[in-house]
Amino acid sequence: MEKSTFLLINKLSVSVLDKQVLYDIDLSINSGTIYAIMGPNGSGKSTLAYALMGHPRYAVLSGSVLLNGVDLATMSVHERAKNGLFLAFQHPCEIPGVSVASFLREAYSAVTGMFISVVDFQVLLYERCAQLAIDQSFTARGLNDGFSGGEKKRLELLQLLILRPSVAILDEIDSGLDVDSLKIVADGIALARAENPAMSIIIITHYQRILNYVIPDYVHILCDGRMVMSGDNTVAHMVEAKGYDVFKNSTI
Amino acid sequence: MMSLKTAPSNYVFRSDKGLNKKIVIEISEKKNEPGWMTDFRLKALTIFESMPMPVWGADLTGLDPNDIYYYVKPIEDQHTQWADVPEKIKTTFEKLGIPQAEQKFLAGVGAQFDSEVIYKNLKKRWSDQGVVFSDMSSAVRDNEALVKKYFSTIIPAHDNKFAALNSAVWSGGSFVYVPAGVRIDMPLQAYFRIDSSQMGQFERTLIIAEPHSFVEYVEGCSAPIYKKNSLHSAVVELVALPESHIRYTTIQNWSNNVYNLVTKRAVAYNNARVEWVDGNFGSKVTMKYPCIVLKEPGAKGSIISLAVATAGQHQDSGGKIIHCAPHTTSNIIAKSISKDGGRSSYRGLLKVIKGAYGVRSKVQCDALIFDDISRTDTYPTIDIREDRVDVGHEASISKVSDEQLFYLQSRGLSEQSARALIVNGFIDAFVSLLPMEYAVEINRLIAMEMEDSIG
Repeated sequence: MEKSTFLLINKLSVSVLDKQVLYDIDLSINSGTIYAIMGPNGSGKSTLAYALMGHPRYAVLSGSVLLNGVDLATMSVHERAKNGLFLAFQHPCEIPGVSVASFLREAYSAVTGMFISVVDFQVLLYERCAQLAIDQSFTARGLNDGFSGGEKKRLELLQLLILRPSVAILDEIDSGLDVDSLKIVADGIALARAENPAMSIIIITHYQRILNYVIPDYVHILCDGRMVMSGDNTVAHMVEAKGYDVFKNSTI
Repeated sequence: MMSLKTAPSNYVFRSDKGLNKKIVIEISEKKNEPGWMTDFRLKALTIFESMPMPVWGADLTGLDPNDIYYYVKPIEDQHTQWADVPEKIKTTFEKLGIPQAEQKFLAGVGAQFDSEVIYKNLKKRWSDQGVVFSDMSSAVRDNEALVKKYFSTIIPAHDNKFAALNSAVWSGGSFVYVPAGVRIDMPLQAYFRIDSSQMGQFERTLIIAEPHSFVEYVEGCSAPIYKKNSLHSAVVELVALPESHIRYTTIQNWSNNVYNLVTKRAVAYNNARVEWVDGNFGSKVTMKYPCIVLKEPGAKGSIISLAVATAGQHQDSGGKIIHCAPHTTSNIIAKSISKDGGRSSYRGLLKVIKGAYGVRSKVQCDALIFDDISRTDTYPTIDIREDRVDVGHEASISKVSDEQLFYLQSRGLSEQSARALIVNGFIDAFVSLLPMEYAVEINRLIAMEMEDSIG
């Protein structure tokens, strides 16, 4: 399969509340490829995710990002989603009163541009729930309302399966999960890939652990807002063995 | 419908500005009322004059009762030109998808529309069952004994200043009588009764449900009610006799100059059930606290309300439940939304008298607030004089956060759709109680309110 570039990040610098967090990030995200972005706390990993999705608090200082050839700066948040960008949140927010089912149906219609009846959507939703070991009763509950950490992560994956993006950014999808939950999440990612082989995945993580289940094609190390190393999965194992200190004060 | 403050020139009768004995007598005479009603009005006038303006609630300093025409009888129903209706109101009607004939009716122009035929058929069916559904003035003439027996027994003229005002100058409103054992299978809708002025300024409504009967009454609609005059003060009385069930649904959307000061109260006898479903949009100030007196054992009351306050509006609303007998149960759900500088207040009373054991009651107030310039307050009064009761009160305030909006937008929803989704989720418990066509209208209205949002 010929690879095409879904996301082209070119010398991206980002600030949060007037403090610069990212410096000249270059990254080319190709179809059907898995990337891991690793780094210690505060290195700017989540900032990159939020900036790509277009959170209003994250200001692009310079550089550019092309999503399927279109400049991200010209797109509002929901247009980015419609153009195939997806962010699984590290801390998905709670919205009481809005049921998972009604939210997801509206999101599905918005992203695909297709109307789906409540009944048809329920069939699709329940099938997906079963694949992720999510109890059907969850879909009637308020969005993330009172969900445990693991439940929230699975709900993010449920959205990934239903919305079928071209680029999925998974921000610390492994944090706070026990081994069993981690396995379910990893299986969910594998399922999403099997159904949508062209999808590219960016796994943002502190730990190497999840990369035993989802093997990345490329690993990038982010330290103090800069890419300090890039390589294949052996880089992740290096992190596991030696920690992040070896990357500090070094550049590629 | 009457237009009172700046009436067009084609009226047959217009009282002087302000209120006095002569005007009240004139109103009564124009309606050919029996002497007892004239006397009732005059007594109420004295009470109105003697009571001070209430200062415990919303700010009423902008309201001058002496600067209002209290009675204008137009030559014909069609007293306003469609061209005079403000453009904003017309646009709103169109966005709500209301047919033009109905739009004109709602705006106070034209009284003819398609449902007249339907109404005539329904009227036949109701009268065959002994149901009376008419305007209040006709009822005073045609069902005098019934009216005399119950009128003002639930809300006496001295209840509050505006109940006194309504008692003195009331005009329009509905009268409903449901005989014992009759269960009316479709809601009685005020807009069917287009032969009279049910959207008048001082409506007076009385519903009597005889034992084992059921009636659902629906008034208003989601379209803004355009009025040139600035004071609306209605009185609604419900009498739920043993084992009967009354559900009274109001959806009102007043134009932004209106002071909406309404007194609504129900009395529920043995095992009877009363439900107030009350949706308040628009107006400058609304003060409205539907009340249910659970007078005999086993009576049940529920009050479900929704208030939406936007720029320049204060929705001061809530509910009152008074448990006077053992094993009575009640439930209040009050939801409010404040945005663009609007203010909503919940003001409620839950009272259980000594000896009313085995009472169960749950009060839940939920406020949703959109921005830092809007405001929400809760003023609950709980007065329990009996130990053997099960009473709960919950209040929540949630603010629509940027993070919530961002989350929903990241899933493809526009900012407007995201706001509407949050609001629709918030009001779901209210909307699910409405007849289908009202639920649809409310959802459209909410979407529009979100569209107009400044934030």
